[in-house]
Amino acid sequence: MSLLDYFKTKKTPSTAVTAKERLQIIVAHQRGERDVPDYFPAMKQEIIEVIRKYVQIDSDQVTVQLDQNDDHLSVLELNVTLPEK
Amino acid sequence: MHMAQIIVVTSGKGGVGKTTSSAAIATGLALKGHKTVVVDFDIGLRNLDLIMGCERRVVYDFVNVINGEANLNQTLIKDKRTSNLYILPASQTRDKDALTKEGVGRVLDELRKEFEYIICDSPAGIETGAMMALYFADIAIVTTNPEVSSVRDSDRILGMLQSKSKRAEDGLEPVKEFLLLTRYSPTRVATGEMLSVADVEEILAIPLLGVIPESQAVLKASNSGIPVIVDQESDAGQAYSDSVARLLGEDVAMRFVTEEKKGFLKRIFGS
Repeated sequence: MSLLDYFKTKKTPSTAVTAKERLQIIVAHQRGERDVPDYFPAMKQEIIEVIRKYVQIDSDQVTVQLDQNDDHLSVLELNVTLPEK
Repeated sequence: MHMAQIIVVTSGKGGVGKTTSSAAIATGLALKGHKTVVVDFDIGLRNLDLIMGCERRVVYDFVNVINGEANLNQTLIKDKRTSNLYILPASQTRDKDALTKEGVGRVLDELRKEFEYIICDSPAGIETGAMMALYFADIAIVTTNPEVSSVRDSDRILGMLQSKSKRAEDGLEPVKEFLLLTRYSPTRVATGEMLSVADVEEILAIPLLGVIPESQAVLKASNSGIPVIVDQESDAGQAYSDSVARLLGEDVAMRFVTEEKKGFLKRIFGS
């Protein structure tokens, strides 16, 4: 980097920092999905469809998460945001 | 009796330097006196032969051996430059079902009897060829560029190694994973335009095998069909030698990770 570049470029934040922050988020998300069983996405979709028979919701109003607490216990956590009446 | 090591060179993303690295590392291991074979898993898009400079000597290929149409002795190409080094080329057929776990396993078992190191050059992606290349691995060299899509794909491949490899399925000790950071530019890291070694190490959280600087020597080497590690004048060649030494358990300091000092005029006016 030359001295001239120094004056030209230092005002904007470094793109490497942005890259690292974006990667940390997407990688954490990817790792959350890493250990879920193969049937999980289909099951999640079916759960959403069952709820939709009764309440009108968008798929982003449902979070389904599988937590492995220890070797013998997995917890399926279902979180549905119902629309206001 | 030796224990053969199967090493997969993988990445998920294409174009990051898997074949360049496979060729360099295999040659480096052979130069250190270890009998080594490098296997091209990129069925349909064979290229390792070009990088190794033996493209005109291919007679039979990996799929021929799996199908029993040729034996290993007929198929393995002995490197002309480096002793202890052999190449098993991929086929040019496009049949993606040509590689089966059973067939690949059988060929690798046979190679294990002859070789100390079996380097598997994985194709890009997460299709059959890539999964077969990593399935039998003892060690994985995850080749990564300091760039968002490459790092993300490397993380995906790490997930596969931890769940879809034979070691994972059999509940054995996990595949040993190493990061090989390629096309690194210390100058661009210094200006904040490129992820640093430390950034990528922090995100992927696996031990660092080496950092290969972005280098004109790599294109020169592939143009000539001579693995870049042979060019010991070059920064990339030396960086690969260091990486091979670390793979063999030697403690070697990282080079080419900081910006080289420029003269006063270059500092002011740029290069």
